[in-house]
Amino acid sequence: MTARRAETATASTLCLRVEDWNGHLPGQHVDVRLTAPDGYQAARSYSLAAPAAGGVDGVLEITVQRLPDGEVSAFLTDDLVVGDRLELRGPLGNWFVWQQDDPAPVLLVAGGAGLVPLMSMIRARDRAHIPTPFRLIHSVRTPDDRIYADELERLAAQPGGPSVTWLYTRTAPQTDKRRPGRLRPNDLNDGSNWTLDAAPTCFVCGPTGFVEEASNHLLAAGHHANRIRTERFGGR
Amino acid sequence: MTEHRDGNSLAGALADIFAAEITSAQVQCRACGLATTLAQLLVYGPEPGYVGRCPGCAEHVLRVAKTPAGTWLDLGGSTSLLFSTMAPSPTGAASSARTGRVSS
Amino acid sequence: MVNVTRGFRSRRFATDDRLPPGQYLTDGFPVLSAGPTPAVPQDEWSFMVRNGGQVLRSWAWDEFMALDAQDITVDIHCVTRWSRLDTTWRGVAVDDLLADVDTAAEYVLARSYGGYTTNLPLEDLLDGKAWIAYEHDGEDLPPEHGGPARLLIPHLYLWKSAKWIKSLDLVEDDDPGFWETLGYHDYGDPWREQRYQGD
Ligand SMILES: Cc1cc2nc3c(=O)[nH]c(=O)nc-3n(C[C@H](O)[C@H](O)[C@H](O)COP(=O)(O)OP(=O)(O)OC[C@H]3O[C@@H](n4cnc5c(N)ncnc54)[C@H](O)[C@@H]3O)c2cc1C
Ligand SMILES: [Zn+2]
Repeated sequence: MTARRAETATASTLCLRVEDWNGHLPGQHVDVRLTAPDGYQAARSYSLAAPAAGGVDGVLEITVQRLPDGEVSAFLTDDLVVGDRLELRGPLGNWFVWQQDDPAPVLLVAGGAGLVPLMSMIRARDRAHIPTPFRLIHSVRTPDDRIYADELERLAAQPGGPSVTWLYTRTAPQTDKRRPGRLRPNDLNDGSNWTLDAAPTCFVCGPTGFVEEASNHLLAAGHHANRIRTERFGGR
Repeated sequence: MTEHRDGNSLAGALADIFAAEITSAQVQCRACGLATTLAQLLVYGPEPGYVGRCPGCAEHVLRVAKTPAGTWLDLGGSTSLLFSTMAPSPTGAASSARTGRVSS
Repeated sequence: MVNVTRGFRSRRFATDDRLPPGQYLTDGFPVLSAGPTPAVPQDEWSFMVRNGGQVLRSWAWDEFMALDAQDITVDIHCVTRWSRLDTTWRGVAVDDLLADVDTAAEYVLARSYGGYTTNLPLEDLLDGKAWIAYEHDGEDLPPEHGGPARLLIPHLYLWKSAKWIKSLDLVEDDDPGFWETLGYHDYGDPWREQRYQGD
C-alpha cells in the first residue's frame, strides 16, 4: 500500500502498487486475501475504484467501507499501514463492466459503497472524454456518508458532465425536497428522458437488499432485464 | 434474510481452474432451460461452497467448493456453457486473471 | 507457505477442552446459506418418514406439536470451524418418530424444503442422538436457522443437521447428499476431523 485517503468517517481509499499489472476495465474487482500467522485466511472482493493508470507498476485504488465487526473491512481500514503488503488477485469479472465503445446512455444506481465500481466508470468516461450520457443515483444514509462527493460535484458541474443525484435514507440536507427514506419507485422513474426511451444500460451495485429493490424498481418501470447489470456486495 | 451475490463474484474462485474468463460465458439451466451469463447467477457462499442458482427457477446450476484436495466443480445443473467469440474482450486489459502481489 | 499479512490475526481466539480439533468458539450463530431461505408457513408444513419411496408416516404441524417433546442442551460444531457450547433446543427424538418402523435400510437421506439433502447412517439417528427440533433458545426456530423445524444431530458436523427438514427417507445405499457430492465427508465426525472426502 502506497497511500491511504479517508473518504468518509468510515470509508477509506487504499492505493496499491502492483508489479506487472496489465490494466483493467471499469467495473472489475480484485480478491484480497489476508493470512494470519496460524495459517487462517480470509478473502473478500473489492472493486477497483479508478481506471487503470497503465504502466508496468500499476497503481490500483480500492475504497473500503468499514463494517461494524467486519473481519476484513475493519482490518483494511484500521490496521493496514503504508508500506504493508497484501495478496490480491485480479482483475476479475468481465460482465459488470462498462464498454467504452458502447454508445448507449448509462444509468448508474448505487447504494453505499456500491458506488465504487460505478465511480471507475465515471472516471474512465471523464479521462477518455467520452460523450456518452451518464446519470448517477447514489443512495446514502446522510450527506456525510457520500464518498467521492467533491469530485462528483466538480464533474457534474462541467459541461457534458454526468448528472448526479444523491438520495438520503436517514438525514437529508435542508435544501433537499425528497423525504429521507429507502429507494422508491419514482426515484428511478422520474419522468425525465432517462427513463425507457433512452434504453440506457443500467448498472446497479450495493448491498444485496438494495440491489434487489433497485433492480425490481427498474424492471417495474419497464427496463429490459438484459439491460440491467447487477453487482451484489452481500449484506442485507 | 438471504445475502446472495452475483455470478461476477465467482471470477476469483474460477480463475484457478479456467484459462478463459468464465463469468461472461453463457450457461443454460438444466431444470428450466433459461440461458443466462454465469455472472447473472445468484451466488450463495462462499462457505461451505459456492452455489450458483438460476435467476429463473432458483435451481442450482453450478457449485464450487475448495477443499485441501483441490477445487470441486459441479456443472450438473447446466446443460451447456457457451464461451462466445463476441465476449467482451478488454482492450489492453488482462482477460485472464492473474495473481499479483502488491509491493511497497 | 503463504505470505502472512502483517497485523492480521485470526478470530480463533478461545479454545476449550470441549472443542473438537480445529474448532474455535463463537458467541454468535453464523448463518451459512446455500440458497434462498424457504418460506414454509406452519399450516403448510408437514414431515414424513419414507421407505423406498413409500410414505410410512407423516405429521402436519399440529400433529407434530402433539408429540412428546424433549428439551435438549448440546454443543454444535460447524465444518467452517466455529462451535457453540450448551445450545438449547426443543424437539422430538427421532427414536419416537421411527418407533416400530420395520426396515432393512441402513441409511437415511434427510430431505429439506428447498431441495437440500444429506446422508446419514440410520443408527446415528437412534438412541437419543438426534431430534427434529422446532425451538431454539426458548423461541420458535427462526427460518434462517432452519425453521419451522430442522434435524439436530449434534455429534456430527452441523451440515448433517438439515435445516427446513421435510422427510427422512430410509434407504439401502449411502448415496451422498448436497455437500457430500462436492468434496465433503460422508460421515462427518468432528472429533475425527472428518471434514472432507478422504479425511
Ligand atoms: C464483486 C464484489 C465487489 C465488492 N466491492 C466492494 C468495494 O468496492 N468496497 C467495499 O467496501 N465492499 C465491497 N464488497 C464487499 C466486500 O467483499 C465484503 O463483503 C465487505 O467488505 C464485508 O467484509 P468483512 O470481512 O468486513 O465483513 P464480515 O466479517 O464478512 O461480515 C460482518 C457483518 O457484515 C455483514 N455484511 C457482509 N457483507 C456486507 C455488505 N457488503 N454490506 C453490508 N453488510 C455486510 C455480515 O452479514 C456480517 O454481519 C464487494 C463484494 C463483491 C462480491
Ligand atoms: Zn432454471
